[in-house]
Amino acid sequence: MTEILRLENLTRVFNQPNGAFGKPRQMTAVRDVSLSVNKGDVVGIVGESGCGKSTLARLILRLVEPTSGRVFHDGTDITQLSHRALQAARKNMSMVFQDPYSSLDPRYTVADCLAEPYVVQGAKVPEGRIDTLLSQVGLSRAMAQSYPHQLSGGQRQRVGIARSIALSPNLLILDEPTASLDVSIQAQIVSLLKDLQDAMGLTYIFISHDLGLVRYFCNRIVVMYLGAVVEEIPHPDCPPQHPYTATLMASTFAPDPKLRKELVALEGEIPSPFNLPRGCAFVGRCPRASERCKFEQPVLALGPSGQPVACFNPIGA
Amino acid sequence: MLLEVQDMSVAIGGVTPLDGVSFALDRGQIHGLVGESGSGKSLTAMAIMGLLPLIGGRIIGGSLKFDGHSLQRPETELRKLRGRRIAFITQNPMTALDPVRQIGGQVDEVAMMHLGLDRKAARERTIEILKQLRISSAETLVRSYPHELSGGMKQRIVIAMALAGEPDLIVADEPTTALDVTVQAQIIHILTALVRERGLGLLLITHDMGVVAQACDLVTVLYAGRVAEKSTTSTLFQAPRHPYTNALMASVPRDDMAIGELKGIPGFVPSVAGYPPGCRFHPRCSRKTEICAGSLPPLLAKDKESALACHNPLDGAQP
Amino acid sequence: MMRWLAPLRAAFGRPSGMVAGTWLLILIAVAVLAHLLTPYDYDIQDLANAKMPPNAAHWMGTDEFGRDLMTRIFYGARTSLTVSSVSIGLSLMAGLTLGATAAYFGGWFDRVVTTAVDLTWSFPEILIALILVAIIGPGTTGTMAAIAVAYLAQFTRLTRAQILTLKSETYIEAARSLGASHKHLLFRHLVPNALAPVLVAAMLATGDAIILEATLGFFGLGAQPPTPSWGAMMSSGAAQLFSAPWIILLPGLVLTVTVIAINLFGDALIAALDIRTKLRDA
Repeated sequence: MTEILRLENLTRVFNQPNGAFGKPRQMTAVRDVSLSVNKGDVVGIVGESGCGKSTLARLILRLVEPTSGRVFHDGTDITQLSHRALQAARKNMSMVFQDPYSSLDPRYTVADCLAEPYVVQGAKVPEGRIDTLLSQVGLSRAMAQSYPHQLSGGQRQRVGIARSIALSPNLLILDEPTASLDVSIQAQIVSLLKDLQDAMGLTYIFISHDLGLVRYFCNRIVVMYLGAVVEEIPHPDCPPQHPYTATLMASTFAPDPKLRKELVALEGEIPSPFNLPRGCAFVGRCPRASERCKFEQPVLALGPSGQPVACFNPIGA
Repeated sequence: MLLEVQDMSVAIGGVTPLDGVSFALDRGQIHGLVGESGSGKSLTAMAIMGLLPLIGGRIIGGSLKFDGHSLQRPETELRKLRGRRIAFITQNPMTALDPVRQIGGQVDEVAMMHLGLDRKAARERTIEILKQLRISSAETLVRSYPHELSGGMKQRIVIAMALAGEPDLIVADEPTTALDVTVQAQIIHILTALVRERGLGLLLITHDMGVVAQACDLVTVLYAGRVAEKSTTSTLFQAPRHPYTNALMASVPRDDMAIGELKGIPGFVPSVAGYPPGCRFHPRCSRKTEICAGSLPPLLAKDKESALACHNPLDGAQP
Repeated sequence: MMRWLAPLRAAFGRPSGMVAGTWLLILIAVAVLAHLLTPYDYDIQDLANAKMPPNAAHWMGTDEFGRDLMTRIFYGARTSLTVSSVSIGLSLMAGLTLGATAAYFGGWFDRVVTTAVDLTWSFPEILIALILVAIIGPGTTGTMAAIAVAYLAQFTRLTRAQILTLKSETYIEAARSLGASHKHLLFRHLVPNALAPVLVAAMLATGDAIILEATLGFFGLGAQPPTPSWGAMMSSGAAQLFSAPWIILLPGLVLTVTVIAINLFGDALIAALDIRTKLRDA
């Protein structure tokens, strides 16, 4: 099992200007995230809005610069690379974006979009490559001269995927790639991603708010809350240890009327990321909170069942 | 019957995006209207609320009845019903509230307009409703502006506005799609409790099969502007009869699915300009036969709670 | 190339666009082919035939020096169109560059550019033009420089606003994730997508520039005699207002119609672009 990606203590702080004279407010979007990903993994990163998963995705590619921490891809520390070296490194890892409608330049044909990775790297597009890519993602050759506005959402997303695999990367980061698509199209795309992974030996980082989808598709699940990783679940069937993960699972409705859920009384509101509590960020809403939780921030450590969890009172303790 | 839609067709410009839709909803019931994009579910909601003129649409066939009386009435009469007996909850709480007014005033206004209460009585009522919606700091919250609230809180205010007129029917168009999962769970529970406790009727429009399974009693499945299937929730999930329903269920990830089982439905939903001849689903259907390309399957009711429009349904039997 | 023709063709499809566009095409043809269209020279004086009203020999009459007015209007068109399009063209290129780089790189550079541009923005164009002509001296060069500087602010601001919006589009982020350089992002994505409204603004500004050139010409600061310029013709014609009104009226009429035509065509272009956008997104 080779390690293909390692994140070490990644942190990203954003400063928001506070009027003309006020001190800028600080928001920690990603807080001290460390993660190790092996080749062939499909790591799902789940969380609700404000958890930092999208920022984390961009930190991995250095589309956003980390405030501190490192990212190792294939052993190379990409956070230390020069601008030029980084551009070259981008051949080996790429990203698929959420919105199929704005992720393609409206003035580019499909062929232009697929050729762009080569153009950017200063290379020539190999003969027949565009056609190969199109068939790999299930699109017909005739679409090469179409413009994005002539394609459906699912078709556009396939173009985005084809673009991301054009230079044969080994790591693909997918930021909610199916969130804007219909259920039946989402399933098509997920099935395509599975096929591509088998054919090309890809490793995926799959970001989503849809826990059901992540449990289906991913072999490892990382749960984030307000910028920090609260739990790592090594296998979708493992029970949750963190109270937030348990809440998330309890709030996810299964597509089965026999599995109807009773109301989970989650009190309180999610705190503002500008004003995080001193202790655990979940303390205001946690049914298992203790005094210690209010003043100390838990760190990710192995829990009672051997899974990493950041909690002083994990489930099963 | 609180709401009766019978063979309703809606036209916008020269096309007919909604064709022969029929379903019914009674008090104390939650009826799910399910469909993907292009199914016509939002259009159905607009037709019920009488908002079609806003998008240049009109009802060209069938009937629409609320509590026995037709909803195809002049705007002045519809205005008395809207907000008072039929309430509407839209998808995006961010745009449903006036950003320059305090939320308290916005909820008060509904009671003042429809129930004739004075400002003080309306404010008391607003606080009462907010407390019922489990908003603890109601007295201070009424002075907030929408931008100060989270998405989930805004949607609760929208629900409060919907309740303020004491409606009999709530039409909710994807009320939780824009919200986080944990917030969605709370909102769905609030809506479900309201229906049970007050005997309201709720038309819940959604594309989320999890929400349908959790909350709905009856479900109508729309595809490309027509009803594919209608039945109780348990029947729909355990024994769907329409191939589209079956394929749709198979496209939703479940815990018991093995990797590779999720395939989706090949092809894509036809746009209103390019409906195929015959059954609109047949090009993508695994059970298509010769008749399917030739004639539109009629919507036939099996009993009060089920209906099916298919030439070759899964259980083989004709309804 | 073909992509640019489509909106133009669409603009011609609208009735106002067709009429206006036809006038402009005629004007351009006249300016280019002036020497072929008229037997007269624009600077040959014929005092015996001075101040003659329109007749068979001189379709628009003659001016106070006996020069054929129609010939002078034709050559004046050449002056007007050359001066305005060259100056606006230069201004546009400079504005695109400044606006795009300011918006893209942000920071202190953006602040410097925005402040400088806002300063010129606060002066009326005619004042800027007069100051520059005073420095450079009257004549075509001075006029072109003056017009270019006067309109720089508008193009810079417009480009900057467009690019600022486009910067956050997902396809820009996607290109960055592929390893795109700043040059690639600016020239292959941002500027091409920002062009449409800026080009339409340039077109409308050309109409303004023609008036500005005529104004400077009216004060004798534009193209120097004997080069004909509509403004200068109107200036000298003012003295003959009651004895030979056509000397001032005819150039004035052509000027007015031209500027109206430019505005009408620009409007048709805007409408055509909007409709196309609407159809695309439907």
